[in-house]
Amino acid sequence: MGDALDPRPFAIEQRLAGVRRVIGVSGSKGGIGKSVIASTLALALADQDRRVGLFDLDFTSPSDHVVLGVDRSFPAEEFGIDPHVAHGIHLMSVAFFAGDAAVPLRGAATTSALLELLAITRWGDLDVLLLDMPPGLGDTSLDVINLLPRLEFLLVGNESRVVIESVRRAAALLTELNVPTVGILENMRRGDGEAIRALAEGVAMPYLAAIPFDSALEAALGDVELLRKTDVYRSLARLAESF
Amino acid sequence: MHELALADAVMKAALRAAEDAGMDRVERLVVKVGELQQIEKDLFEFSLTSVLSSQDQRLADASFQVTEERVRFGCNACGREYGRNDISLDDSDQGEAIHFIPELSHAFARCPDCGSPDFEILAGRGITLERIEGTGDG
Ligand SMILES: Nc1ncnc2c1ncn2[C@@H]1O[C@H](COP(=O)(O)OP(=O)(O)O)[C@@H](O)[C@H]1O
Ligand SMILES: [Mg+2]
Ligand SMILES: [Zn+2]
Repeated sequence: MGDALDPRPFAIEQRLAGVRRVIGVSGSKGGIGKSVIASTLALALADQDRRVGLFDLDFTSPSDHVVLGVDRSFPAEEFGIDPHVAHGIHLMSVAFFAGDAAVPLRGAATTSALLELLAITRWGDLDVLLLDMPPGLGDTSLDVINLLPRLEFLLVGNESRVVIESVRRAAALLTELNVPTVGILENMRRGDGEAIRALAEGVAMPYLAAIPFDSALEAALGDVELLRKTDVYRSLARLAESF
Repeated sequence: MHELALADAVMKAALRAAEDAGMDRVERLVVKVGELQQIEKDLFEFSLTSVLSSQDQRLADASFQVTEERVRFGCNACGREYGRNDISLDDSDQGEAIHFIPELSHAFARCPDCGSPDFEILAGRGITLERIEGTGDG
């Protein structure tokens, strides 16, 4: 044998063997609601008795534990590490390890941290594992495309022209790379949604649903009882039924 | 003991390497553990032995040689190279976090000269399968 081997990639397939679907919640721009949608969709799926995992891959600004009100503490360690289970959701986040500290990572370090977590996290049997993606089509997106052959993407967009343009680029790349997509989800709808419908049609992807701009959302973050009463949750609960 | 998961990954990598080399019997695995991840050599040898029974037959008689590698950081801001003794961690939780995910050193460690968290881990990060030795040409 010639070169030294990083053993971690060889463990991933078995770690995810019990997971039926892996869906990356993406959409290229930041601040369009990926984390809120991934977390709330996970909650809706869990409420519908689906076995759901949520993996926060925005290592430099993890948010899902904030949306779902999950305390940060080290995961249990056994033959690997166990995600926290909160409100029926199996959640893994770098926030459980980093405390309050910022986590400044270059691309190679981001990839390495991802490999480590994929190699040691015990997801068990899940119907859906949602990946809350960082913004953009950078290291993490390319890594999960390379490492997870069963990956599908769900793209989040809104009506803004800057967002539409960027979601269109993301959709084109996924199509070119033959990465399956669940469809495009419109968030923060204020208008008639025509622009997103046209976008979805243009890139030949399903238009999944429209989530209204919900001024009650901010007050509900961190409290799942309140989150369940939001329009965001109601819209995503309908979508969850189709999963 | 999340070391067991890493030991299992080493076995899977070794099996792939054996397949690629056409070996029917792996006699020895040479594994390197990096200082940064704070996995003890003895404990990792024990972990490798523990997971051996659940592996492919080609690995059944393998022995292990585990070597340790010092960690070396290289600062991207000022160019300084430094080691474990040049950084200080505030508490055991930080060490524990780095044990799980060595990249969390970027959250807690700083360049001793300029204070930057922007460094490369040049050596001694985590676990590497250095080589396998065995017989048979498939
Ligand atoms: N449908 C919505 N209505 C109102 N505010 C929303 C909605 N979706 C997301 N937000 C808010 O927008 C901000 C960005 O959301 P976030 O999920 O962090 O985006 P991303 O993960 O894409 O960067 C947050 O403050 C969030 O509460
Ligand atoms: Mg986010
Ligand atoms: Zn420096």
